[in-house]
Amino acid sequence: MAEIKEDLQSRRTAFVTVGTTRFDSLVRAVDSHEVKDQLYRKGYTHLLIQMGRGSYIPTKSGGENGSLVVDYFTFSSSIADYLRSASLVISHAGSGSIFETLRLGKPLIVVVNEDLMDNHQSELAEELAVRKHLYCARPQTLYQTIADMDVESLLPYQPGDATPVVKLINRFLGFPDE
Amino acid sequence: MDLITRISEGRTLTTTIGNSSNSSCSSMGPFCVAISLGIISLIIIRVLYVIYRSSQPRRDMSPLQPLCTLIVMGSGGHTAEMLNLLSVLQEHRFKPRYYIAAATDNMSLPKAQVFENSLLDKEGVEKVGVAQFMQIYRSREVGQSYITSVGTTLLAMAHALWLMLKIRPQVILCNGPGTCIPLCAIAFLLKIFGIRWSYIFYVESIARVQRLSLSAFLLYKLRMADQLFVQWPQLKEKYPRAHYVGRLIYTLLRSINTKVRGYTYRVVESFVTTV
Repeated sequence: MAEIKEDLQSRRTAFVTVGTTRFDSLVRAVDSHEVKDQLYRKGYTHLLIQMGRGSYIPTKSGGENGSLVVDYFTFSSSIADYLRSASLVISHAGSGSIFETLRLGKPLIVVVNEDLMDNHQSELAEELAVRKHLYCARPQTLYQTIADMDVESLLPYQPGDATPVVKLINRFLGFPDE
Repeated sequence: MDLITRISEGRTLTTTIGNSSNSSCSSMGPFCVAISLGIISLIIIRVLYVIYRSSQPRRDMSPLQPLCTLIVMGSGGHTAEMLNLLSVLQEHRFKPRYYIAAATDNMSLPKAQVFENSLLDKEGVEKVGVAQFMQIYRSREVGQSYITSVGTTLLAMAHALWLMLKIRPQVILCNGPGTCIPLCAIAFLLKIFGIRWSYIFYVESIARVQRLSLSAFLLYKLRMADQLFVQWPQLKEKYPRAHYVGRLIYTLLRSINTKVRGYTYRVVESFVTTV
């Protein structure tokens, strides 16, 4: 029992999520030796990949002779639980998973999918990276980002507030402030 | 006062149309030209007036009457952001509420229903009012050919017109993507013809930092939205008529389980996941 507890405490998982579609170049990147080496060097023990509809299947590994334990799955209804138990989240650029991760206060690397036609999603990730809430990477530069990152230097994201916009709507319609 | 002007304008419009159809155009060329010019300038004046009025706050004698509200649900992140806004809206001022989502989107309306159920549990129907849920045809699916999309666009517009005449909303809340465009266009036409005056509010997605989305750009440039809200200061600089409101995501702090159509949904923050 004590052993399991110790195992849970020393377990540091990097969780990769591609969302509801596919992002093979990200899955391929995290499955590469460079990225796995960097993660291991940074003290991560497990790599868990949510690969969505992608066709690239990463190689599972049991973590023998000092390497990462690698596992994957396609979809799950409880992504929130995986995010909660992760020590590092590597995510696609969708606003849903970005904000859910930030809300949980987890270190986050957002990888922008350059294959998407209308790639406005990089705007959000880049802006939040400028504001030091997360790191922004491309699949081919991910290992570099992991090597250079200092998760302690990331700033917590202040939760948003919808009351200013509702106040403006009310004022425009002639409703008094409450 | 405005209503009277609008009605009298409408009457002038119909009488002039009646006159022009009775007269023979071949013998009275200059007269016909004058009439058509008159009609065109009347329409232009009306359109300009509607555009001008649309940017003005409501000046109503009975500001405490609740307003019939149409909420256009996008999908995924758009729906989450809209629910976030709705969670702080004073629902007793915005009732009854009509929710519209694209016919291909099966997730947004159940989420809206979960939200409405949570309101009912909390306040009761007398205060929060009733809600209705509807789906609308989309003008173009991803990957659809342009030739067939002419037909589907016409169908979508007809459907939007039908829904708008049925709902006749006074307030329209939307935040993209394209589903709201036919509805806003029809709302604008209803304003021009004096059938129903509505206030259109568009909240640009948090994901848009540097450039407006196509829907927001259209509503901004054509001046169809009464107020357009953006969540990043960069957009306010580029589009000065927009209103910067800061980030409005993630304020909903509740976790409930609600049953809709036999499925149990769990609402955590503004996310809804199937249990």
